[in-house]
Amino acid sequence: MSDARTALDEQDAPAPVAVPASTVTAVPDGPAGPATAVDVRGVSKVFTTKAGTVTALDDVHLRIAAGEFVSLIGPSGCGKSTLLRLVADLDEPSSGEIEVFGRSPRVAREAQDYGIAFQQAGLLPWRTVAANVELPLELHGVGRRERAARAADLLALVGLTDFARHFPHQLSGGMQQRVAIARSLAERPSLLLMDEPFGALDEMTRERMQTELVRLCAETGAAVVFVTHSIPEAVFLSQRVVVMSPRPGRITQVVPVDLARTAERTDDLREDAAFFAAVTAVREALHGGTPATARGVDVR
Amino acid sequence: MSATSGTAGAAGTAVTAGTAPRRRASLARLGRLLAPVLLGVAVLVAWQALVVGADLPPYLLPSPTAIAEQLREVVPLVWSAALATGANVLVGLLVGAATAVLAAVVAARSRMVDGLLSPTAAAVSVMPIVALAPALNTLFGTTSTTPRRLVVAVVVFAPVFVTTLRGLRQVQPVHRDLMRAYAATGAQTTRTVTIPGALPYLFTGLRIASSTGVIAAVVAEYFGGLQNGLGSRITSAAANSAYARAWAFVLGAIVLGLVFYLATAAVERVVARRHGTVPDVT
Repeated sequence: MSDARTALDEQDAPAPVAVPASTVTAVPDGPAGPATAVDVRGVSKVFTTKAGTVTALDDVHLRIAAGEFVSLIGPSGCGKSTLLRLVADLDEPSSGEIEVFGRSPRVAREAQDYGIAFQQAGLLPWRTVAANVELPLELHGVGRRERAARAADLLALVGLTDFARHFPHQLSGGMQQRVAIARSLAERPSLLLMDEPFGALDEMTRERMQTELVRLCAETGAAVVFVTHSIPEAVFLSQRVVVMSPRPGRITQVVPVDLARTAERTDDLREDAAFFAAVTAVREALHGGTPATARGVDVR
Repeated sequence: MSATSGTAGAAGTAVTAGTAPRRRASLARLGRLLAPVLLGVAVLVAWQALVVGADLPPYLLPSPTAIAEQLREVVPLVWSAALATGANVLVGLLVGAATAVLAAVVAARSRMVDGLLSPTAAAVSVMPIVALAPALNTLFGTTSTTPRRLVVAVVVFAPVFVTTLRGLRQVQPVHRDLMRAYAATGAQTTRTVTIPGALPYLFTGLRIASSTGVIAAVVAEYFGGLQNGLGSRITSAAANSAYARAWAFVLGAIVLGLVFYLATAAVERVVARRHGTVPDVT
């Protein structure tokens, strides 16, 4: 257990690893210090299929500070999910290097440095909500009583205390996704990897979940890498939005979002002029930086 | 907050799904139950009319009333015969299913074992009972129940093996990714994800196997050996020209088959409900 992880044990305590927003923007250009959560250097990923080779990622560089919230956005096939899977050590890069808290993704995965959530909640349908949240703890040999206590805390955190004994199929999609998020926080990770976790939800549920996620991240102080298709979602959640383009997957631009500190973002922000300005900036970056053609394009 | 509003909403719809629709639903359910019963009664009446009207000899077709009369006389015998056959089915079902599940777990983990076992299962599934039963009788002796139980186990093996193996292969990619992210060992993944995920498939296989298991147990008794089961009673009654009595034992066999089928179907339903999927009961 690293110091960074133990520091996160108390959710209401101020997390020392959470770098203030003002300094976060400086970190990507600075040297890789202890405050770097993810460091991606010159990473490429080539998939070989029967039809030939596909370059999913080409020479990607990205550094994410501890406690920073970064979204990866781009059209389908731009490699944003692939990049997330490489960081999670679910796939291996063809070339280049990745470090998670200064160690290889494999070591970081085995040490449970990160929590992960996917577009599908991926709950085990034969386990109760509480047992699903306990799953990672159970696999890592945490005692029964401690597991139960931790699951109760996490379910309270996502507002599902009353549903602990329910089975996943008795829950709505949004509630299932909240369980998945609670589960991803079970090991008190200092890094959260989220692959379109709200992608399958309706717009209203989605906005509520975003607001909840902002609160959760503020409480845990974890760094987040968040893959999404939605520009407003990326802007609302992130300190930086990484814009990617497909064939081959590349980072075309990194848009800093100079809004309130992530912890202080509320629903009011969605109607703020600064929010719309940031949305426009990301949209223009996505469409090749020409404002004239970007107008009238579906914001989602 | 949102959670409580969720419950309130769910509870609200449950409550407002009030009395009138519920009464209609229970009426529909009653109709569903009543329809097959009415059909059965109609068939029995037609059967009786046919036997009496056409004056059919009992060796061709005894009348329902004659069968009922015989049944009343030999009910204790039908009961004990059904118990004997039922015990054979139960033991055979458990042995066959346990063997099949073990084989499927091994086959799911090793491609080589799968290559060995799957063709074997296919061969076992087409093995004729009529050929197997006399051979096993000679092997184990005619005073043993073992040959009958083995016949049931053999018949049960194939469907349970095939469905369980299929279930074991149905691990969702998202679950596989999760278990890798958790750095779970192979044994942990098998125990927490693969086997629980295969359970509905296993019980579907068991439901299919249960009725063929009963048929196999009854047929296996046709080839000599102990005279305590339903199959032996049917053959001896028919041999003594007591056709109505033979039919009474056939009735016992039908009830026994239904009991096994309904029991396994109920277990399947319970498991499926736990998994959030209601099976297509066919």
